Amino acid sequence: MTLTDLANPTKFLALSARILPWLAAATAVLLAIGLYQSATAPDDYQQGATVKIMFIHVPNAWLSMFVWGVMSVAALGTLVWRHPLADVAAKSAAPIGAAFTFLALVTGSLWGRPMWGTYWEWDARLTSVLILFLMYLGLMALWRAVEDPSRAARAAAVLTLVGAINLPIIKFSVDWWNTLHQPASVFRIGGPTLDRAFLVPLFVMAIAFTLLFLTLHLAAMRNEILRRRVRSLQMMQANSRAA
Amino acid sequence: MTALGALIQRDIRIALRVGGGALIGVLFFLSVVALMPFAVGPDLKLLARLGPAILWLGALLASLLTLDRLFMADHEDGSLDLIVMSRNSLELACGAKALAHWIAAGLPLIVATPVLGLLLNLDTPSTAAVALTLLAGTPALTFTGMIGAALAVTLHRGGLLLAVLVLPLSIPVLIFGVAASKAAITGPQTFGAPFAILCALSLFSFVVGPFAAAASLRQGLD
Repeated sequence: MTLTDLANPTKFLALSARILPWLAAATAVLLAIGLYQSATAPDDYQQGATVKIMFIHVPNAWLSMFVWGVMSVAALGTLVWRHPLADVAAKSAAPIGAAFTFLALVTGSLWGRPMWGTYWEWDARLTSVLILFLMYLGLMALWRAVEDPSRAARAAAVLTLVGAINLPIIKFSVDWWNTLHQPASVFRIGGPTLDRAFLVPLFVMAIAFTLLFLTLHLAAMRNEILRRRVRSLQMMQANSRAA
Repeated sequence: MTALGALIQRDIRIALRVGGGALIGVLFFLSVVALMPFAVGPDLKLLARLGPAILWLGALLASLLTLDRLFMADHEDGSLDLIVMSRNSLELACGAKALAHWIAAGLPLIVATPVLGLLLNLDTPSTAAVALTLLAGTPALTFTGMIGAALAVTLHRGGLLLAVLVLPLSIPVLIFGVAASKAAITGPQTFGAPFAILCALSLFSFVVGPFAAAASLRQGLD
């Protein structure tokens, strides 16, 4: 089974139907473990219990960028290889990515209230995540603006790739503009600065959220394929009535 | 090369003649700047402090407003199909069209800046700094906006969708444009660093913009 075999939607539906329950089960188990570990993790000596927001906030923020990466690969699939599943993958990933970005913003703002004393601060990282959210919404608006899915797919693919090039530039410019958020403390030269007691649950949660995204994405892709089938059946019916 | 030169000449001529609408951008720029004192109050000191930001925001909105004509008019009368089918590379043709659009719609904004700076109580060096940053930065706005214009024309949608797609992409230009003008006026940063990055953004958009616009035209017009 290679990537080209999956170009047949029926084969993809059959394969994904077999994978999906296992993926969902793995997600549920890891989420349960991660949530338990997060709940029992010690309080921070400065931040108290609010540090536990991190276990939800950081995986959401990580996925908000990961999903754009997935969409960029799918966009290449649309433009370069004309893979029929690529635009399905790109279209169904966008709302999920927007949801993760929104959750990252909301949890960040709830965490910011006790820590920085304000829900919103025009800080560099918050601002660049907000812009990422705006770009997700713009992409979804583009998908919704056109009825013909393949035409919309190619336009959205161009925009996704332009976004992938531009997002680092936007991030850099906003960093220049203002900064308050703490610098990266997990992936950095010289090893993480986080204590192991926080690091282990954080990693479990990150993996659980990634699996959650894969589960949701696969399910959304199946829905999108079925939705397109319904659409073409309806059009066939309308044509036959007209004739 | 002559074909591209002819394309640039033709686009400028169309934009400047009756029905072209390039100069409406300047009028819009003037109107936006004239609205600002009503929103923030007629305090001249405050206006001088906000001046660079107001001018940049006005120029950004004005150049956005004229963008959706970039490909739409050519699409309506069929000449866009001829440009796509011609033997010259579509990337260069897109670049030429954007350049012509910038000359017809972007340059007048910069020429109008000194007059508007007067209204906002900016002194001569500050106005010169803002005009210089606009000169370096507005090409980036046109060339990145061209991507949105190309998407909009293939989708037969313009207006708000174009604005929603293009505005987030123009944030870096706005940040460094305003940073450079403020650095020139009040300090304490140096003018050189943000201005150099602003120029870099423009040069970068010269590369990315035509390719992305040509790609979306090729994909979308068949």
